[in-house]
Amino acid sequence: MDGSKLMQSPEFSMNRRAMLGRCGMGLGALGLTGLLHDEGLLGASNPLSSKAPHFPGKAKSVIWIFVNGGPSQVDTWDYKPALEKMDGKTMEGFDRFTGFFANAVGGLMKSPFEFTPRGKCGKPVSEIFPYLGEHVDKMAFIHSGHTESNNHSPALFMMNCGVPRMGFPCAGSWATYGLGSSSKDLPAFVVMSDPLGRGLPKGHAANWGAGFLPSVYQGTYFRPKGDAIDNLHRPKEHDPSRQRRQLDLMSNLNRMDLKRNPFEQELAARIESFELAYRMQSSAPEALNVSSEPEYLKNLYGLNQTKSKHFAAQCMMARRLVERGTRFVQIYSGGMANQRSWDGHSDIKGNHSGFAAETDQPVAGLLTDLDQRGLLDETLVIWAGEFGRLPVAQKGGKPGRDHNPHCFTAWLAGGGVKGGVSYGESDEVGHKAAVDKVHVNDFHATILHLLGFDHLRLTYRYGGRDFRLTDVAGKVIAPILT
Amino acid sequence: MKVRLLLVLFGFGFSLAHAERKLEFNRDVRPILSDACFHCHGPDEKEQKSGLRLDLESHAFKPAKSGFPAIVKGDPGESELIARIFLPENDEEHMPPLDSGKSITKEQKEILRKWIAQGAEYQGHWAFITPDRPEVPVHPGAGHPVDAFLTTRLKTEGLNMKKEADKETLLRRASLDLTGLPPTLEEMDAFAKDVSTNAYEKALDRLLASPHFGERMALEWLDLARYADSNGFQSDGSRDMWLWREWLIGAYNRNLPFDQFTIEQLAGDMLPDATEDQIVATGFNRNHRLNGEGGRIVEEWFVETVIDRVETTGTTWLALTMTCARCHDHKYDPISQKEFFEFFAFFNSNDESGVLAANGKNGFNTMPFIKVASAEHKKKQAELEAKLKEAEQDAERAQKANLTAAFENWLVTQRKAHASKKYEPVWVSLSGESVKSKGGATFTKQPDGSWLPGGKNPVHDVYEIESTLAPGAFAGILLECLPDARIPNKSLGRYSNGNFVLTRVEAEIRPSKGKPVPVKLTRRVADYSQKGWDVSFVNNGNRKNGWAVSGPTRRKPIKAMFLADSPIKVSKDGKLVVRFFHETLNQHNMGRFRLSHTADKGASLEGKPGHSPEISSLLAKADEALKPAERAQLEKHFKTTAPNPAIQANSKVAQAKKALDTFRSSLPSTMVMKEKAQPKDAFVLNRGEYDQPTEKVDRALPAVLPPLPEGEPLNRLGLARWLVSGEHPLTARVWVNRTWERLFGYGIVKTSENFGSQAEWPVHPELLDWLAVEFAKPSVLPKVAGKPAKPWDMKGMIKFLMMSRAYRQSSSAPEELYRRDPDNRLLARGPRFRLTGELVRDQALAASGLLVPKIGGPSTRPYMPAGVWSETNRYGNLRNYKADAGEGLYRRSVYTIWKRTAAPPSMLLFDAPNRETCTPKRSRTNTPLQALALMNEVTYVEAARALGQRMMKEGGDSVESRLKTGFRLVTARTPDSETLEVLKTGFERRKKEFEKDEEGAKAFVMQGSSKPDPSLPATDLAAYSATASILLNLDRVITKD
Repeated sequence: MDGSKLMQSPEFSMNRRAMLGRCGMGLGALGLTGLLHDEGLLGASNPLSSKAPHFPGKAKSVIWIFVNGGPSQVDTWDYKPALEKMDGKTMEGFDRFTGFFANAVGGLMKSPFEFTPRGKCGKPVSEIFPYLGEHVDKMAFIHSGHTESNNHSPALFMMNCGVPRMGFPCAGSWATYGLGSSSKDLPAFVVMSDPLGRGLPKGHAANWGAGFLPSVYQGTYFRPKGDAIDNLHRPKEHDPSRQRRQLDLMSNLNRMDLKRNPFEQELAARIESFELAYRMQSSAPEALNVSSEPEYLKNLYGLNQTKSKHFAAQCMMARRLVERGTRFVQIYSGGMANQRSWDGHSDIKGNHSGFAAETDQPVAGLLTDLDQRGLLDETLVIWAGEFGRLPVAQKGGKPGRDHNPHCFTAWLAGGGVKGGVSYGESDEVGHKAAVDKVHVNDFHATILHLLGFDHLRLTYRYGGRDFRLTDVAGKVIAPILT
Repeated sequence: MKVRLLLVLFGFGFSLAHAERKLEFNRDVRPILSDACFHCHGPDEKEQKSGLRLDLESHAFKPAKSGFPAIVKGDPGESELIARIFLPENDEEHMPPLDSGKSITKEQKEILRKWIAQGAEYQGHWAFITPDRPEVPVHPGAGHPVDAFLTTRLKTEGLNMKKEADKETLLRRASLDLTGLPPTLEEMDAFAKDVSTNAYEKALDRLLASPHFGERMALEWLDLARYADSNGFQSDGSRDMWLWREWLIGAYNRNLPFDQFTIEQLAGDMLPDATEDQIVATGFNRNHRLNGEGGRIVEEWFVETVIDRVETTGTTWLALTMTCARCHDHKYDPISQKEFFEFFAFFNSNDESGVLAANGKNGFNTMPFIKVASAEHKKKQAELEAKLKEAEQDAERAQKANLTAAFENWLVTQRKAHASKKYEPVWVSLSGESVKSKGGATFTKQPDGSWLPGGKNPVHDVYEIESTLAPGAFAGILLECLPDARIPNKSLGRYSNGNFVLTRVEAEIRPSKGKPVPVKLTRRVADYSQKGWDVSFVNNGNRKNGWAVSGPTRRKPIKAMFLADSPIKVSKDGKLVVRFFHETLNQHNMGRFRLSHTADKGASLEGKPGHSPEISSLLAKADEALKPAERAQLEKHFKTTAPNPAIQANSKVAQAKKALDTFRSSLPSTMVMKEKAQPKDAFVLNRGEYDQPTEKVDRALPAVLPPLPEGEPLNRLGLARWLVSGEHPLTARVWVNRTWERLFGYGIVKTSENFGSQAEWPVHPELLDWLAVEFAKPSVLPKVAGKPAKPWDMKGMIKFLMMSRAYRQSSSAPEELYRRDPDNRLLARGPRFRLTGELVRDQALAASGLLVPKIGGPSTRPYMPAGVWSETNRYGNLRNYKADAGEGLYRRSVYTIWKRTAAPPSMLLFDAPNRETCTPKRSRTNTPLQALALMNEVTYVEAARALGQRMMKEGGDSVESRLKTGFRLVTARTPDSETLEVLKTGFERRKKEFEKDEEGAKAFVMQGSSKPDPSLPATDLAAYSATASILLNLDRVITKD
């Protein structure tokens, strides 16, 4: 048994607890929870207590901008001059069943957007990202991403859980399982979805599910309307001081039981869970309250712009959560398929410029803000969706692009990632990953590495098998690491 | 450092104890090899490296590609395996390879070395070997076989069981385990008073006989069966499977033996003379999701459906991860991909498409399904059938009766009416009319005078009707639309869904000479309009809207009339022309219709269509003036159209028939299995892909398991009987282990979900085998309610386990024991762990008196957060969640409606699975989100108020006795003086606070949809409710101990 597995084994926890108990730390009724807390004793039974990874990771937390629906690489970050020359030409040897609409396959189609070199590295960037273009020197681009399904749900499962099927733990769950939470009063793994009524990404909650991991590691879904967390608000007739006294009385009674059963770990955990819940009632609304942010920051994120204010608020919440110890935040841009997300089957121009306008300034603001607070070094920001789009047109009144599992672009920034670099290449027209191909399992291996994990050793035994995020593959993309 | 040291001392306490005795392959060696070596040197032929297999005795001693044998019996020094694992990690030849991510600890290496030194004896995998009944060890004071086995092990560890838990604890433990509900005050008192030696056994019998037993037992089975009230996937619309759930609860309650329980659920439909109940049972394997997404490929999802069935059956009965073999040979267990698809072939011949039926999105079930009548239903149905029979007999009599006499009577009354002008025809049928279509449709006249369109259905048709008109006046027309089987959807309109939209109606009178006179039809009345498509939209100047008739769903005759402001004069030889326009939705043209006209501008829809002028004129004649032919004409009219006794009787038959049909179609349905006449071919699917069939396979059972019992058919029924033949090594062990897990916290095999070679070695292997044999072939199982145990007696086995000292002992234990055995596998103390989410809620409802203890029925809608359903789907009929009013809020959680993509949040918080697929085990977490629910969710806040109220009304008059009552209701224990003192101080303090804030107190008790008793002073009630809230949330309340 190596150290990391050891950390996660219940035996370890129990012995650690028992040992501390033996060392004379009396578990008297008074100040018990305080003691548990200060000594990290609850680590024994709280599955979310902070844990050390395999090796010190550069990133302590992750903010994943999930570009939902499959953003087109050739219209965003993967500039293809050849497409301009070949615009309208039939693509020889193209398998028309690659995407979804085999009967609407058109000729090669150049990007409707201008590309201009940006930053010191001179990365050509699509005109739809005027703000993000300022940050290319912080980003590591992966142009050779590829996945296993051309269909939203399986591709979303693949990108989130490493397997194109439902029921496996997602990256956020694995990260939380491995690292625990460094927050005492906020969820460790938070998911935010489209607040404009465009629905959830396909596959719904299975995208942030814990699969066979204990469910405590699943993403806490913040409802986009009403209370973000269920039951966060006490009935309005119950005032906070009264609830505090209620809790004190309950603790008193529970501690009397604990005296009789001092080594019952679940009991100690339960006392603490009520304390956490009590604190969460004030800390979560506080963490999500972006209105308290200074005006210049609201402007920086685009919180005052009609188009981007919803996403700006979510990006700002993400920063506030990460600052307060949340481990993993995922924000979905767009909801369901077609025009409700980046799924630009028709009118790629209108679709992508629309969703870029919603997210460009907020994500750029997030990068600036994290940077100026010194948080970017330890926060990994990910921009990735479930697959890319085809270089050929999907015919229609306003042409679009169909799904492409063979090639996508993603970028990483902060948290131990080199800036201003590009890894891997797609072919001449951006149809397939060509040089230094990066499978989704490799992408995940890299994320885990940045968090301090050897992806081969971050395992969980279920049904008699050791499972991991990277299934049976995965290779860390070393050249993009600092 | 200390940490590590402790680990060595305690963490491996068990294995060190083993090291001194003879090592056993299954217990000591196989787990190591399986973990570290089998991936490359195991059953999967494609992955095999160096030609070496370590899982089979036949291969392990042969020289591998390297030329050396991996294992040499009795000689670790000559065994290549030992040489390799002891090499330095960075050595190229070290095993397992560094990059495999696998490793072998020092202790494990020693075990391997020692095992080889002891002779390297192999065993087959324990779980695949049919168990023999082991000898029960003899221990003084351990009369119960369970205790005898456990005590043997405890002795080797130097441990003892605890003393029996106190009676209060024991009754609560047993009540929660058998009914999922806390004991009532009366039950507590009765048990406390009962000093007979078998008081506990009597209590168990009482609980086992409770109808709530089935509800409690069903919980885990619903997770296995992936039961839900929705279809899953994108729309996640509703389905009805609650009848199956009802079957399940009933089956537990009547103690259906587990072999029957198995056979009926897997193959009840194939039993000879299967009863309705046995067919309903097969819903077990129809609880899977059904995909209704637009772009789905039917064959792909058919395969997924069958695989889901294989996985669920394999997990539930065999605890095998069979799906691993879908894409390749199983990596760890001896199940090949071919064997997987041979097993698949048992489940692929259900008479189904594998996807959601087209109408399934709106909450209908997908074939095959059956409709089921409850006892109440059957009574009602019998009544309706009797009525129909009576009407039919009346009709038969009426047909036989001589109608001539009736005709004579009719003639007399009609003449009278005519003469006295009482009879005034309002609507007169058209005569001599012709019907034309502008768009090319054709029309045929029906015997009842209506017209049926056919042929082309143009985008926007115009119907033109031309008819002669008797001289007089014209005030408007009556349009009768009639459903017809030749119209799409057997409805009223020609569009594919049976609907039409009428936008304009024109009428004009054409005199024999001169210009046609248009008639403005301004009054528009219909006896039905589709919502948003009112008849008043006809002729309102906007041709984008009009009158529609809910064609897709309604299918009933409809009438509309279009009247002029004032009547128009019609001279001799005048003609009427009417035009119907359909100008908005494509192809929404009218179906079968009949027209009549009126001269009366005050005509109503109810005005009966009257006699035609011809009949009227005949009626005006005196009897002797009638010619025979005219008389015959009148008689014919009477017999065919007038309300004569025969026609009246017939219409009563039609009515009775319709009432019965309506009732039958309103009966609830449930999806079931129904075997096709011819089995569907099955193939090995390359990489498990539906579109890559390779070798054709027949039904067969995995070779590692026993063969089909002789004489059993090679189909689902045979398979079900094979599972419960009594010779199967897995079925009984798996069930017994799961039951053990539920009662004691962990299974004897901790990996209760997997009994394959990756399974954990059973902590009490002999006990597990003994129990498995005893379950199938009972020898000492106790009587339940006086009845001797049958083979596969679930109640008997549960009672047996609960009679053991192991179950009955106290759960408090010293530090030493917790350290030695944190998961309580050895049972040196009683069970203690958190209740499931369902039980936490049910207990709060029961203790507070809110629970509505009704058994069975359709799913209910308790409180859930606003918007719980709307965020996940934009389609489907399960959106905009609305909680029930009244009893649906207070039913047991087993009945809570389950939508897969948005499962009940407060259940998910407590580790319930979403039921997308079969889930054999729940985790048991403690999180702040659970605490938030318990503190703030309306369910618990309302329950606290109700409990507070109950304390006041049923707890006597003193504060102490009320607090004591509340404490007993939730914990089933009498509080000790210290606890009571703390509660009392807390209560007094709350009371004082509320007395200072009476308004606050009033608001505090207004939670939930039930109302507080107004006769109770609000400040007192608030103080008791606040105290009750604390009681409900105590650790010992949400814990079974």
